[in-house]
Amino acid sequence: MKAFLALLRRDLLLAYRQGIDGWVVVLFFLAAGILFPFAIGPEPNALMRVSTGVVLSMAALAALLSLDRLYQADFDDGSLDQIALSPLPLELTALSKALVHWLSTGLPLLAAAPVLALMLNAPVAHYLPMLVALALATPALSLLGGLGAALTMGSRRGGILLTLLILPLYVPVLIFAAGAIGFAGDAAGLSAEAAGRGFGAHLLLLAGIDLALLAVTPWATAAALRQALRA
Amino acid sequence: MAELSFDNLALERAERRIVDGVSARVASGAALLLLGPNGSGKSSLLRALAGLMPPAGGTIAWDGADIFGQAEAHRARLCFVGHQDAVKPGLSVAENLRFWAGLAGGSPNIDAALAAFALAPLADRPARFLSAGQKRRLALSRLALNSLSPRPAELWLLDEPTTALDSASRQAFLDLLRGHLQRGGLAVIATHEEIGLPAKTLVLESPRRRREAAGAAA
Repeated sequence: MKAFLALLRRDLLLAYRQGIDGWVVVLFFLAAGILFPFAIGPEPNALMRVSTGVVLSMAALAALLSLDRLYQADFDDGSLDQIALSPLPLELTALSKALVHWLSTGLPLLAAAPVLALMLNAPVAHYLPMLVALALATPALSLLGGLGAALTMGSRRGGILLTLLILPLYVPVLIFAAGAIGFAGDAAGLSAEAAGRGFGAHLLLLAGIDLALLAVTPWATAAALRQALRA
Repeated sequence: MAELSFDNLALERAERRIVDGVSARVASGAALLLLGPNGSGKSSLLRALAGLMPPAGGTIAWDGADIFGQAEAHRARLCFVGHQDAVKPGLSVAENLRFWAGLAGGSPNIDAALAAFALAPLADRPARFLSAGQKRRLALSRLALNSLSPRPAELWLLDEPTTALDSASRQAFLDLLRGHLQRGGLAVIATHEEIGLPAKTLVLESPRRRREAAGAAA
């Protein structure tokens, strides 16, 4: 436990000191999202229809940005050897790293999401459902991303490989997050009760994905790290 | 009395055999020096002895029991200083040490560990501003930190520990190593330089030399 906290504290301190990385993620998120009004045209209704979907997909892309350094930095300077030889099991290392990624990337994205939604003219009734769906989707992005970062560690052009590997795995998370938001407001003329049930069902599925990933990815990530350390 | 032994060890890296048929043993209170040209597999052998790299053939044993069957216990009994310093440039000298102490789960005795390599005046300096020798001293402070902990490691695995060290730091390292051996510890040290302690040596040959020798024998 002490070792887990030591690693968590160090990684958060490093993330805080290298604050520029956190800002880059948020700025990329906003800058990429702002391309859409230019590409689609400023017609308010068209933008309104795609707004929350753009926020979700840009969040998924932005979450990839900070992944490639997650393990690579420790691998390059020999710290990962020390961590692997410490009493801390690599499974908990993987959990700590995913948590750091969520705190340093997922949370800032969550905070920036309403800003992007505003710039894309999202319907007022969609803000809260979008934030709830994002809050449940981002942990899954961090857990999957940590696995991808461990798998591509040490390979040349690991960043690109990581993107190709992880983006398809992000699809189910996006589907359920978008599905949840789809029930917000006066969606498809459903009664408030039916819409609430549909919204709740999608959130439960998202939470289920989070829990399943929480149970599986630390072991898979640890196996990938062990493999990389053998070389 | 503890004993680390490896027998007929073969190591492969990227499907290339870098160490083949190497055997040695080292017991409590003794050091084993690994000598040999660049690329002869000294670092890989140390990684294998640490349990990070499973051998392609042969065995590594602690008191006769294979180390890969008792990974957790083996990790707990060793302290590894690789050829990389594992120093985080974004943290200060003291913060680096505090992290290692926390990672090992021990109570941090930071001040004494800083004193071992005269790093106290640099305690608050960000590690990115350290020279190569100062970084090496910081990496070696892990050994001091470990000897000060309630359960010091029995086995030190050191990869070229004296690279870039000045003579005072070299002396500090030797004192630390001597103390470790006197306590009944073991050390395996890859080096190009004279260490200045009586120790067994194991000379590794480069793969090319080995192939030539095999060709001549045939």
